[in-house]
Amino acid sequence: MNFKAFLKEHIFLLDGGMGTLLQARGLQPGELPERWSLTHPDVIVEIHRRYYDAGSHVVNTNTFGANSLKFDAAELENVISAAVANARRAAAESTGAQSKFVALDIGPTGRMLKPYGDLDFEAAVGIFAETVRLGVKYGVDLIFIETMNDSYETKAALLAAKENSTLPVLVSNAYGADGKLMTGATPEAMVAMLEGLGADAVGVNCSLGPKALRPVVEEYLRVASVPVFFKPNAGLPRVIEGKTVYDVAPTEFAGEVAALLGCGVRGAGGCCGTTPDYIAALAAAARGLQPQPIDHKQRTVISSYTHAVVFDREPILIGERINPTGKKRFKEALRAGDMDYILQEGIAEQERGVQVLDVNVGLPEIDEPAMLTAAVTELQAVLDLPLQLDTSDPVAMERALRIYNGKPMLNSVNGKRESMETVFPLAKKYGGVVVALTLDESGIPASAEARVEIARRILREAEHYGIAKKDLIFDPLALTVSADSTAAKETLRAVRMIREELGCHTSLGVSNVSFGLPARDAVNSTYFAMALTAGLSAAIMNPHSAEMMKTYHAYRALAGLDENCADFIAFSETLPATQTTTAVPVTPKTVSENASRLQEAVVKGLRERAAALTAELLKTEPPLSLVEQELIPALNAVGVGFEEKRVFLPQLLMSAEAAKAAFEVIKGAVQGSASPRGKTVIIATVKGDIHDIGKNIVKLLLENYGFAVVDLGKDVAPEAVAREAVRLHAPLVGLSALMTTTVPAMAETIALLRKEAPWCRVMVGGAVLTQEYADSIGADRYARDAMEAVRCAEELLR
Amino acid sequence: MAMMVRSFSAPPVDRREVWRYAGHRGADVEERLSLLLEECIAEAMPRLQYRVAYLELPLPLTCFAPEARAVIEERVTGCHSVMLFAATVGVEMDRLIARYSRTQPSKSLLLDALGSERIEALCDAFCAELAVEKDREGLAALPRFSPGYGKLPLAAQRELIALLDAPRKIGLALNESLLMSPAKSVTAIVGIYKENV
Repeated sequence: MNFKAFLKEHIFLLDGGMGTLLQARGLQPGELPERWSLTHPDVIVEIHRRYYDAGSHVVNTNTFGANSLKFDAAELENVISAAVANARRAAAESTGAQSKFVALDIGPTGRMLKPYGDLDFEAAVGIFAETVRLGVKYGVDLIFIETMNDSYETKAALLAAKENSTLPVLVSNAYGADGKLMTGATPEAMVAMLEGLGADAVGVNCSLGPKALRPVVEEYLRVASVPVFFKPNAGLPRVIEGKTVYDVAPTEFAGEVAALLGCGVRGAGGCCGTTPDYIAALAAAARGLQPQPIDHKQRTVISSYTHAVVFDREPILIGERINPTGKKRFKEALRAGDMDYILQEGIAEQERGVQVLDVNVGLPEIDEPAMLTAAVTELQAVLDLPLQLDTSDPVAMERALRIYNGKPMLNSVNGKRESMETVFPLAKKYGGVVVALTLDESGIPASAEARVEIARRILREAEHYGIAKKDLIFDPLALTVSADSTAAKETLRAVRMIREELGCHTSLGVSNVSFGLPARDAVNSTYFAMALTAGLSAAIMNPHSAEMMKTYHAYRALAGLDENCADFIAFSETLPATQTTTAVPVTPKTVSENASRLQEAVVKGLRERAAALTAELLKTEPPLSLVEQELIPALNAVGVGFEEKRVFLPQLLMSAEAAKAAFEVIKGAVQGSASPRGKTVIIATVKGDIHDIGKNIVKLLLENYGFAVVDLGKDVAPEAVAREAVRLHAPLVGLSALMTTTVPAMAETIALLRKEAPWCRVMVGGAVLTQEYADSIGADRYARDAMEAVRCAEELLR
Repeated sequence: MAMMVRSFSAPPVDRREVWRYAGHRGADVEERLSLLLEECIAEAMPRLQYRVAYLELPLPLTCFAPEARAVIEERVTGCHSVMLFAATVGVEMDRLIARYSRTQPSKSLLLDALGSERIEALCDAFCAELAVEKDREGLAALPRFSPGYGKLPLAAQRELIALLDAPRKIGLALNESLLMSPAKSVTAIVGIYKENV
């Protein structure tokens, strides 16, 4: 019987600890245990055999750290082939009568993935893929990914397993005492992502004992629709007289784990500190237990790297602002590759209270796959909201799906054959909840019935691809009411029918309804309320619309979703008390008074105030004179204060941010007209270095002083810097490095720039740099701090 | 001889120390700045973890490259064991710093300073606890020292992290440039000696 079939009908017993047993037999600290498969095969076979004798159905090969980061290609193959052979031999020699399987054990790489580490996601997939291919080559029965404490690395491993084998894959994560992974994921978020990617069973192992991990396992049982397994430690280790002792004994361990088998857990074993005795006790305790049926939960759920969002009675707000349609400033940011602008939009939406961010970066003249990938990478680095990948470009969709850290929403598929043939295979492979538009080759039907008919067709087609109903959300399309007075009503009928007749969730791009009308907010928010009442599950909307947010909060209170109306009351406190106090009190002042107040706002670092005053002044003053006569003098005053050590870095930054807020207002006003672009400065943190706070400070100040800054980010290869310097014919490059170990990369970058872009000047900075260091690597200038970087740039580019 | 893990509750924040890390050398912190710091503290504190992985090894050492071993053994002359440890406040701090470095660098700077203060406070808490425990056994601990400081080469970081199984135990990994992720992490060595009675 193969393991997939076995899994369906049996409780399966896993093995116990390996590392602790090897240490007891002389494995030295720092020694690679995987090598023992070659050097001490008898020891390894004996441990495996004792687990099979104790009753394990599945024994993991001694390959926890067998990957190409730790072994060269030849040794890796030897290690894996020996490990599989040892497990096979143990199975053959064991006296146990049960079905026996060999699992390829895969642990974490020990490196952290980008952006907070330096291992690229695809590189991680490649590393796991090599191990998987070797395991398949030497004939394992299944793949066991375990002890993963980062959701992103878990995804890399599972993707590699799925892409390089057809074997069943079990995936197990290590949770801390707070019930989350070290990088923040909740069990619910992990299960959503892993099921989406096609894990055959999901589990919990290592870190703690059975009692401490029980709540995590119960959460798995609550949300998972695939078998759940459990492989805890023998409690916590203690050192007693130089020996490590775990505090949960075999019988106690077996009792606690077997109790969970009775609650629906389908597989069990042990991790650190457990031995064949523990597994024997577990086998005895599990004897006679019948496997509980796997409950297929109809949960429509998406996830980020931290948490899940469930579509249920709670209406879900999907922020629509990351989208260039009709937004000049956004288009300009996209063309300039200005990711900060996109991030700011996302962060502002989160602060307004949306639960999901729609991400659309499509522009005709833009490389959308590259841009969407970059936007998703940047957004998920700093924002913990699940994303809705919004693109009609299948290449962009697949690339974004690959690198997304969680289970996303996909926007969108529709009833056209071509659309379904493109989107469904991607959704099946990577997982995701797909937004399905009820239109087809003949357009959007007028009647609700016809739209529901398309929805039925989409459902049937999705089923062929193995995509369950719960992973579709229908958008019956909000049409413009000014064009057809019955259109809005008909869509609401479709919402209700899809909910009631098909049992599916719905989403609407609410704002479309008011197109062409005045006072759109009033129309949108009323329509939103009507749609919610009709059973709408989610809305793509603008969270900066106060009317929409009022409707949302009021609806939750009225629909019994807000206990004691607590959320509504908290929300109401953020609303302006009366209309009269909302205006920024700057109007009555004269222009010159406002101007000096703008300088003061910048000097004091008051962002909102600086922006408001600038907007007011722009009504009468030309933008350029505001910059030259107000903002630059204010910045200079602060800059000189900093150089004279009267003003400290935090204050300098607050002023720079206030000035930036003012510049943003000016930028918005002069858009389209030739906004003066300053001289180009490329900045980057060098290869190998991932700390860029200093570089970002320099960027802010350079922008304040009118330079056109092109920020290449951190961990940037010398070739990338040189390429951009040549492409833009940049007169100046600024490089930063934090560590002595990355200064050589800086030297290399400068050398390459000298060769490829001999006209380009280079200034350097960063914690470990000194004037001498800068001289020795051939930089033109060393800037001690951000202010000096501005002075350097002004001098070099004079 | 096993790697152990200990979690700590948040040590109190030493605000003067945070200001020092942030490059604020003035005696008085104006109100708008202290408000900003309080905002950072309120936002960061619920998201931090305080984890330490540690391992006590008898002397003389059998691990570490010869050069590093010699430096360590010189630093702990007269000791009978060394405690290796790795501490981190977790990757959420990196995320917060990155988030604001793109949108509000002043806050990013203060969060970065707070992170430095937090990790030092964690190391202090661990060492204080260690001193108390060792004292009960009639032992005492020398001040901690770290790779990259004094004569101990930064490359010793690799072995320390591996010995402590730090990626698995506390989610602390090393990149190719020997930078630690999460950034607000410390590895260190403490010599343990018998107190003269």
